[in-house]
Amino acid sequence: MKLTGAEIIWECLKREGVDVVFGFPGGAILPAYDALTKYPEIHHVLTRHEQGAAHMADGYARASGKVGVAIATSGPGATNLVTGIATAMLDSSPIVFITGQVGSKTIGTDAFQEVDVTGITLPITKHNYLITKAGDIAQAIREAFYIAKSGRPGPVLVDITKDAQQQTAELEWEKAAPRLPGYRPRLRALPSEYHRATEMINAAKRPLILAGQGVIKSGATDELLQFAGTAHIPIAVTLLGIGGIPATHPLNLGLMGMHGEAWVNQAIQQADLIIACGMRFDDRVTGNLKTYAINAKKIHIEIDPSEVNKNVQVDVALLGDLREVLGELQPSVHAAEHAEWHASIAAMKGDSAVRDIQNLPDSGHLYAAHVINDLWRLTRDHETIVVSDVGQHQMWEAQYFHHEKPRSLITSGGLGTMGFALPAAIGAKFACPDKEVWVVCGDGGFQMTLTELATIAQEKIKINVAIVNNFYLGMVRQWQEFFYDKRYSNTPLIGPDFVKLADAYGHKGLRVTKRAQVETAVQEARAHAGAVLIDFRVEREDAVFPMVPAGADLHNMIRRPHRQKDVPTKTADDRDWEMPAVATTAATPPASLHPPSAPKAKTTKAAAPKP
Amino acid sequence: MPRHTLIAYVEDKPGVLNRVASLFRRRNFNIESLTVGRTEQAGVSRMTVVMDTNEHGARIVEAHLYKLVNVLRVDDLTHKRALNRELALVKVRTTPETRVQALQLVDVFRARVVDIEAGALAIEVTGTPEKIDKFELMMRDYGIIELVRTGAVSMARGRESIGANPPLVHAELANGNGAVAPAPVSGVAMAH
Ligand SMILES: Cc1ncc(C[n+]2csc(CCOP(=O)(O)OP(=O)(O)O)c2C)c(N)n1
Ligand SMILES: [Mg+2]
Repeated sequence: MKLTGAEIIWECLKREGVDVVFGFPGGAILPAYDALTKYPEIHHVLTRHEQGAAHMADGYARASGKVGVAIATSGPGATNLVTGIATAMLDSSPIVFITGQVGSKTIGTDAFQEVDVTGITLPITKHNYLITKAGDIAQAIREAFYIAKSGRPGPVLVDITKDAQQQTAELEWEKAAPRLPGYRPRLRALPSEYHRATEMINAAKRPLILAGQGVIKSGATDELLQFAGTAHIPIAVTLLGIGGIPATHPLNLGLMGMHGEAWVNQAIQQADLIIACGMRFDDRVTGNLKTYAINAKKIHIEIDPSEVNKNVQVDVALLGDLREVLGELQPSVHAAEHAEWHASIAAMKGDSAVRDIQNLPDSGHLYAAHVINDLWRLTRDHETIVVSDVGQHQMWEAQYFHHEKPRSLITSGGLGTMGFALPAAIGAKFACPDKEVWVVCGDGGFQMTLTELATIAQEKIKINVAIVNNFYLGMVRQWQEFFYDKRYSNTPLIGPDFVKLADAYGHKGLRVTKRAQVETAVQEARAHAGAVLIDFRVEREDAVFPMVPAGADLHNMIRRPHRQKDVPTKTADDRDWEMPAVATTAATPPASLHPPSAPKAKTTKAAAPKP
Repeated sequence: MPRHTLIAYVEDKPGVLNRVASLFRRRNFNIESLTVGRTEQAGVSRMTVVMDTNEHGARIVEAHLYKLVNVLRVDDLTHKRALNRELALVKVRTTPETRVQALQLVDVFRARVVDIEAGALAIEVTGTPEKIDKFELMMRDYGIIELVRTGAVSMARGRESIGANPPLVHAELANGNGAVAPAPVSGVAMAH
């Protein structure tokens, strides 16, 4: 069958099972867009920015477990994808990116809209291709799909010159099968390693499982629960591991790391065995590596050998797919109770409950934590996917929305990309049209990609957006409050009237200023057929607790304050939290940034917003 | 920091050298020398990378190299019986008085004079990088006009060929529809 290169692209996507792609056209990809008219079975979602297309493909991939596809033109189209590609790379999302490139004869001449896309994306893709001949397209796309989804998943980019799209070639599907002699997506540990691991597990007195995104990617929920259940091993989760095991499961301790619960981080520091399952000891979960889990032997179950011994030296590495590895370990794990260990973790919870803001009566103030917890309560009986952005609201979401199922939380963890949530939610909605999709984002991040509200309108999809509006780049403000003497340099910000904005795009807009209004607004949003945006005007200077300052010891966290009065403190003197002594030394910026003689910068504050 | 010599078999495709070289920059490793050339197998090139790193760093680099799709095999020759050779061309200043001395040193190092002019000698010297270091040092006294070194190439001693196939891991090829075939059973020792 002789086809043009452009037709080969769609033919291959179709055969790979693709029915939706996210993209934005332009000169160098025009032949492909023209050929798309012959493929009605593939739905193209026109985004308003290529970054949006990348995040949509990412949201689609994370919600479905399938490969997402994003398309852009050469030059600025491709460079606009870059943030989305890096986001996918750091969170191991399987995505195939297709970009148009200038004609092969003009490559290297700085032709109109020519950039070296394969060069630019080299360090942020799992692999990439520059294709200059129609006859090479099929194999590149097939390999791209295979590489993207196998092993540790990741983004793959295929850059195709305009002339390659225009030429014709024979499409020989079988001949175009992946030929990747150097690619080893599946590794297996030696039996001796399994033997050592089971000995450690059966000998441990205070074992702890650290569950990361690998649990979700590998579909290992049942295997992990069975494994943990046999020996009664408690489980701590990473941000991206949330949903991998049910929040309400008795062995689930909760979130670890920088904003993890105090008892979870304490448990890590006291454990005598850590079993890391599909997580990579990111600096946001370890804190100071020198004091991290020094009492524990460590077993690392990991699909990517380059993650083993990268940040934390481990005693045993079990390479491979988590689900298969757990299946292999299971028969040799002895039943155990570890009652003492569980009792001591329970004791570590101590006064945490009384510090929890959820246990305060409604005082008329609107706290983000309340908004999120209410949202969870009101949606918990439904199949809900929350897509959170990056900032304080993201951490409150992680703490107060209790996810029971894999793929029910989608968030940018590794790159921490503001602006991710709205477009990613659109992708998630295409993956799961029957699920209720909620965006939880800050006023700052929302303003980075709100342009995709038009995409929602054009596609007529139903998404609910909760803007946790504090008129601040809140997380940065929090760091300024804690570590920069409250000099709020460029963190106060204003936004548009979000209710009017929603209206301008043809969506419904609501505003909530009191806790008593939360339920009505959420129910109204759920009942409304179209997309709804809720502007939650929350306390402006609230902070996320607990917090392990960057680089501090995991056990030296800033605890939640005892909130006698539930009004956020306004000055440094009446603050009700205490910085651990060790943390200040670790987190204080280098002295050069704070010359002792320098006059103190004046605190700048945005004019208080009028609700 | 100790010196490590890694060899990598790579697919001979455009951009592969760039992928390997940028990996070292990206992961913050310092390359002392990197050489590439063809091998006995068509379509397969071989790189010798000499780098400053400790054992831990070498393992990390090895794992990252393996992650590159076009890398077929990586071997660390640092602790193996291996041949390491480098070639240098050195142009030195000579006067009628110093020329004989210089030529004697050329003999001692089993180097060769490849060009001679009034006031200058061009010398080709091969050997281990350490030997070339020494030769360079000795030639300094005469005044080095220009010097170029190729970087080391290395090969394990013994009868066996290393070949492009890795010893303990092997690739699993996609089946017809690009789906993942059942897991092969092979040991892995890379992580340790
Ligand atoms: C693209 C991008 N730029 C900058 C940052 C740094 N950053 C992290 S959190 C944050 C503040 C986010 O503010 P907002 O979206 O209002 O959320 P909030 O923290 O107030 O909940 C910033 C600027 C980032 N993560 N991503
Ligand atoms: Mg904000």
